[in-house]
Amino acid sequence: MTEYLVVAAVIVSLVAVGLWLSWTATRLDRVHHRIDVARATLDGQLLRRSGATLELATAGVLDPARSLVLADAAHAARAARNGEPDDDPDGDPDDDPDDDPDKGEFEGDDTEHAQSDLSQALRAVFADPDEVDQLTRHEEAEELVLELAGHCRKVVLARRFHNDAVASARVLRSRRRVRWLRLAGHAAALRTVDFDDQPPFGFGAREP
Amino acid sequence: MKRLRVGLVCPYSLDVPGGVQNHVRDLAEALIGLGHSVSVLAPSEVPDEEAGLPSYVVPAGGAVPVPYNGSIARVSFGPVVAGRVRRWLREGDFDVIHLHEPASPSLALLALWAAEGPVVATFHTSRLRSRAMSASAAILRPSLEKVTARIAVSEYARDTLVQHLGGEPVVIPNGVYVDRIAHAAARPDWRGASATIAFVGRIDEPRKGFAVMARALEAITRHRDGVRLLVVGGGDIQRARSALPDRLRDHVTFLGRAGDEEKASALKSADLYVAPNTGGESFGIVLVEAMAAGAPVLASDIPAFRRVLADGRYGTLFEPGSPSDLASQALALLEDQGRREKLAEEARRDVRRYDWSVLAGKIVEVYETVVR
Repeated sequence: MTEYLVVAAVIVSLVAVGLWLSWTATRLDRVHHRIDVARATLDGQLLRRSGATLELATAGVLDPARSLVLADAAHAARAARNGEPDDDPDGDPDDDPDDDPDKGEFEGDDTEHAQSDLSQALRAVFADPDEVDQLTRHEEAEELVLELAGHCRKVVLARRFHNDAVASARVLRSRRRVRWLRLAGHAAALRTVDFDDQPPFGFGAREP
Repeated sequence: MKRLRVGLVCPYSLDVPGGVQNHVRDLAEALIGLGHSVSVLAPSEVPDEEAGLPSYVVPAGGAVPVPYNGSIARVSFGPVVAGRVRRWLREGDFDVIHLHEPASPSLALLALWAAEGPVVATFHTSRLRSRAMSASAAILRPSLEKVTARIAVSEYARDTLVQHLGGEPVVIPNGVYVDRIAHAAARPDWRGASATIAFVGRIDEPRKGFAVMARALEAITRHRDGVRLLVVGGGDIQRARSALPDRLRDHVTFLGRAGDEEKASALKSADLYVAPNTGGESFGIVLVEAMAAGAPVLASDIPAFRRVLADGRYGTLFEPGSPSDLASQALALLEDQGRREKLAEEARRDVRRYDWSVLAGKIVEVYETVVR
């Protein structure tokens, strides 16, 4: 009689542990999915930002010097995103991050540098709120500038939300049950995306 | 711009006044104004569904008082409420669910449990006691992992959040309808013969600093005749009045717990708005309201207020809890009309960024970032 009780107790606890582990795996899946979605969103948002920058640079509403600065930074940002560093294609192989097996859309420093550079270029060009005001009085420029300003703000949001998801996943992955049982499987290494995304001062008043 | 179907979840009943409820109601109206379709799920203290609530509110059932985190929280749970939450989610077919205060045992947490699409969450509190929050963080984490985008209403709410749950929430502050306040009618009958000072806040909550104000008023009235203090806020008025020295009673007018319009009128009638709070504020929405009304602000130098006033650019700061510093600064300001006008003018320009038209736009940008 007691043996049966013991066996029943063991079975019940095994089932309970199994359910708990499978629930943990579900949480991991969910948070990984959240990262994937957030990364795709961020990638799309960066494309829109560089696209809007290029459009403004080639619309003929800015002076040539600034148009050139913007076009250059936007091109560099788009090229780096495609994994084609545009400076020196036959560059030093030691710089190549090709040995990283977990390459996603974000391939590390190149992309982040290029995005930071674009943010800096935008800040330099649109530093003065009064001047931006002046610019938006041109009908054709207004729409482009407002659109670009919106994309700049959304890049900030998308990057935050991505890194927020990565932070959630890191906490969960650091759990002993996850590490010991390798519940995370072969999911990619977790990496936050870090670049300077501060929007131009001219696009908005003092941040709260 | 795409028209979004937004489901807002408010943890507290909308027929009880409070910061979170006001925020949710104002946001709902601002979003509707921008052309989005909005449904607000909120507990209702009144069992009847026809409780005079706005048409966009869906009642989720009653709330029970339970002790939580050192005070009594009114919480909705149980199978009936859970059923209504699921039905609301199903019927609403929302593009995005926006929860308020999901880190408390509330309706928002139930909705989060049942939600499937993109979820935005706004955290209002910054006063969570560390120990309680650390303990509940473990319980909350699996649910909060479902949140796609987190918003904090102030830097302090953000710090609390980061400290306990990590991550990178964005800050979008509380809002006001600037024009509604700016166009409120001033009440000449509330004005003092030579100057009017406004105080807003519960008179029996020590942190709001009514005692500091009353002691400062003694000094102020000794140096200046015809000063009247307008007190807007709930509490035991009889007791507060009898606690005042005889000499002061004629100088103080208690308006009780006033509605939004009356509060705006009081601020419009004031030559000076004083916020003597001694702490525990995470933002200071009343300061923003005073700025919108064009009342020059004199506030205690606590971090939240210092931030709103940009280190004194949009209002004057005094030493927290010091009646003498408050009195001397108030007297100096009352003497100097030019300085008051300059402060009010700077503040009126800055306050625009707290207008719901601006903030709702920022929140919609968050929605657009998470909606697929």
